[in-house]
Amino acid sequence: MSVLVLEKVSKSYGEGATQVSALREVDLTVDAGHLVAIMGPSGSGKSTLLTIAGSLEEPSSGEVLVLGRPLSKMSRAEKAQLRRRTIGFVFQDFNLLPGLTAAENVSLPLELDGIPARRAREAAAAALDELGLGPRGAHFPDQLSGGERQRVAIARAVVGSRQLLLADEPSGALDSVNGEAVMRLIRKACHRGVAAVVVTHDAQLASWADRVVFIRDGQVVDHTASPPDPDQLLAQSEHR
Amino acid sequence: MSVRHALLALLSEGPKYGLQLRQEFEEGTGEVWPLNVGQVYTTLQRLERDGLVVSDNSVEEGPQKGFRITEAGRLELDRWLRTPPDLSLPPRDELVIKVLVGLKLPAVDVREVIQAHRRYVVEVMQQWTRLKEDEARFDLNFALAVDAELFRLDAVARWLDAADGRLQRQLAEAPAADVAGGRVAGPAQGEAEPLPAESGQPPLPLPKARRRIGVLR
Repeated sequence: MSVLVLEKVSKSYGEGATQVSALREVDLTVDAGHLVAIMGPSGSGKSTLLTIAGSLEEPSSGEVLVLGRPLSKMSRAEKAQLRRRTIGFVFQDFNLLPGLTAAENVSLPLELDGIPARRAREAAAAALDELGLGPRGAHFPDQLSGGERQRVAIARAVVGSRQLLLADEPSGALDSVNGEAVMRLIRKACHRGVAAVVVTHDAQLASWADRVVFIRDGQVVDHTASPPDPDQLLAQSEHR
Repeated sequence: MSVRHALLALLSEGPKYGLQLRQEFEEGTGEVWPLNVGQVYTTLQRLERDGLVVSDNSVEEGPQKGFRITEAGRLELDRWLRTPPDLSLPPRDELVIKVLVGLKLPAVDVREVIQAHRRYVVEVMQQWTRLKEDEARFDLNFALAVDAELFRLDAVARWLDAADGRLQRQLAEAPAADVAGGRVAGPAQGEAEPLPAESGQPPLPLPKARRRIGVLR
């Protein structure tokens, strides 16, 4: 099942001579359980694509469907509900609320959605446990390392029954070992059926994806074929 | 990669048979660099010729023949571990040459060429990452060897990104201009007069360095 579909999505800012096209007729489909990486240089439109997919911004033309529902037909309140229940966001700078503990940061979206505080806290504790952060639940963000903060952000993005995870350079400020840990967690969420889109300029990060889509000047220019059996690599190296 | 020194390292732990050496070599590199039996024996013969190992003469050539390291072998191993590999001379990188040749050909959109290579590099990286992701195979030697491949490929991908960025910038600054003696397909190409190649410019004083990295002039 397709969790996210973008149909001929375009976005431009400004008018007339000063108009800038950020996205031009982008088509993209992400199925449940799949991880898609969007790769492109700075200014290629990849972050705009993510904010439009997450209903944080509206396209100038084209349609976005989340779980088959067109965003253009949704009211503001419906979109806000979609963002609380269905879509999880992970940003490069984690965006945790500094005045809340790790557990409170994770349970907040559930509580905002009207889930009783006790149940929300249980769900948050379970999400933190799964990411190996159980004992850190009572810590505030400034008491956590960068890698831990990003794991809390991922816990917050997948808590409850989210089906779409959108991540913008999720390991941007982390070293490669912590960056790999972040990607492993996102893959794990995908194995549970979550559809994920990761925007990055980093090929190592992108290589965790099932499919890598290349974007340039606001247009999709290419994508990888589904990766062949990795054992072929080992077989090839026998002949080196 | 030096099979020679890897075998010396294994023998530094104690005397071993040829077959055993091959198995331990493959395990030690996370089975990323398989080795054939022939390679093991020719290498061992050369090590013996150079006085770095001695063999068990009572047994005939074959998997049961035992080897042990000599004092000279230990010294050689120590020297090798501490000697940095020669990184000063850039290799003639086939990919770099392809992109540079592409720039010379008017009919070629070099950015498309770059993208084709980028896609291939990322596809190979996806395969390595899959191997690493598979927890069942996880062991430290394997992870380190796969990381090395991924970082090497990552450097190629980053070079391609940088090359693409440079070309884009060049296009933005001089839409129909001659780029590095060749042309890059661009939106305004063919509309303005192309600049004569290197008109009035003094020749660059770097012929040796340029030749060394494979730049064709």
